[in-house]
Amino acid sequence: MAHLAKADFRTRLQEWLPKLVLSPSIAAMLVFVYGFILYTLYLSFTDSRMLPSYDWVGVENYVKLWGLRAWWTAVINLGIFAGLYITICTAIGLTLAILLDQKIRGEGTLRPIYLYPMALSFIVTGTAWKWIMDPGIGIEHTMHLWGWESFQFNWIKDREMAIYTVVIAAVWQTSGFVMSMFLAGLRGIDNEILKAAQIDGASNWSLYRRIVIPLLRPAFLSAFVILAHLAVKSYDLIIALTGGGPGRATELPATFMYSYTFTRNSMGIGAASAVIMLMTIAAIMTPYLYAELKEKK
Amino acid sequence: MAVADQDTAVRTGLVTRVFIYGILLVFAAFYLLPLFVMLTNSLKPLPEITGGNMMALPDTWTFEPWRQAWSSAQIGVEPTGLKPYFMNSILMVVPAVAISTMIGALNGYVLTKWSFRGDKIIFGLLLFSCFIPFQIVLIPMASVLGKLGMAGSIPGLVLVHVVYGIGFSTLYYRNYYAVFPTELVRAAMIDGAGFFRIFWRILLPVSGPITVVCVIWQFTNIWNDFLFGASFGGQTQPMTVALNNLVQSSTGVKEYNVHFAGAILAALPTLLVYIVAGRYFVRGLMAGSVKG
Repeated sequence: MAHLAKADFRTRLQEWLPKLVLSPSIAAMLVFVYGFILYTLYLSFTDSRMLPSYDWVGVENYVKLWGLRAWWTAVINLGIFAGLYITICTAIGLTLAILLDQKIRGEGTLRPIYLYPMALSFIVTGTAWKWIMDPGIGIEHTMHLWGWESFQFNWIKDREMAIYTVVIAAVWQTSGFVMSMFLAGLRGIDNEILKAAQIDGASNWSLYRRIVIPLLRPAFLSAFVILAHLAVKSYDLIIALTGGGPGRATELPATFMYSYTFTRNSMGIGAASAVIMLMTIAAIMTPYLYAELKEKK
Repeated sequence: MAVADQDTAVRTGLVTRVFIYGILLVFAAFYLLPLFVMLTNSLKPLPEITGGNMMALPDTWTFEPWRQAWSSAQIGVEPTGLKPYFMNSILMVVPAVAISTMIGALNGYVLTKWSFRGDKIIFGLLLFSCFIPFQIVLIPMASVLGKLGMAGSIPGLVLVHVVYGIGFSTLYYRNYYAVFPTELVRAAMIDGAGFFRIFWRILLPVSGPITVVCVIWQFTNIWNDFLFGASFGGQTQPMTVALNNLVQSSTGVKEYNVHFAGAILAALPTLLVYIVAGRYFVRGLMAGSVKG
């Protein structure tokens, strides 16, 4: 009898053990991710200033937020930045992938060169480009020394143009990664399809335009989702490259949230801006992740 | 090389090929430019940068900027150099990577070989947590760390990185174990092997490659993190935050050469990992984006 009970205990333990092992992670996730999201959501409806407060003010923070010039600047900047960043990265990534796929000698050397920026911190990238694009010591100065006296490249000091320097640095960092996503896609295409099309007399150009690029749809989708979510989260690069300046010309929602919450004592508005960032990313990621998970069954 | 073994089935003429190589090399120069600028200028005395050409090699070679960046540059108010912050980063990264990887391996094992009702939802929630903008958790995290007495400490940073790192590590191991034959696990169960025994004897021995991928990914992300370090680092700031303080400091002359040396120092660990194990780095990137 005792023997049976013991065996029973053991099997029941074995049944529970997997869940027991998983439970700390589930608990941590529920508290630190979803609990915190709900908490921030709640704060966005309160009059929290320097410290969290629990006095409900309804949608007041959201109304104020969308009435702030600084927030509009951040949102418009994000639009410009994300649009150019995604487009240019995709264009460069696709071009490099297609060119590298032409049986290139030295591919093994070129690929790591294109990709290494991805291993660096955005702070390092920002520091390097900050001085390269600095008119005093960087490219402009170099061009003058090389005899091109009229050359001008002072975007980083120019309110109108500074946001484009962020695009340059960000493209430098991630376009190689997009290249490897497309290259993986290209290498997965069945050669027989291409050969058949060639026998039918398709030119290289139309081969790519009509057959290869449409077949790369999944890679385009992944690249878009990854780049879009990186763009919304961009924070470090702004801090290191421009510090949000000149003035507030390169503020993005992420830097806006940080300064309103922690230095301007408007935690309610900061929380509201974080909620909007999260909703933007959720709108991009959720359908994608849902489709990926379903497909994998 | 014969045209016949071109694996793209696309034939290109000589002119086109020259053109292709040209573009590829221009881009290689674009990607290498900042590294070149950082390296050469970190080895010059300051007047050679302010008065000279950024693209030129040093006239006088000097390691002084490196020494300064490492041990005597002004970071914030203290002239400590980046050394103590480098140590902070190491002390933060090693436990955070080890713990999040171990938890990820166990989670992946449970989610694939001991599936239960609702495991898909759990995984979906974990996966989504990988991509949230961390601004959404900054405010409550700050007060929780304060209440736990872990604000501004290395253990606090380790906790933060583990909590937000298990999503990705679970993703890696789950996708890896998903293709491991479940029959082997079943057979071991019938032979009476328990939960941990199966993990230890059957799955762990084949987990080498994915562990390398996961460790590299976590290491790179945690080392390069700035937001958590700046928000919760307090007196134990990591390398990225210190580098930013060094570069942004508004007092005194801007010592560009020291900034460049500091930037390379901050980049060195992840760059080394990339050079030594680039293949695994790429695999990790892809697994984190495209299907695993």
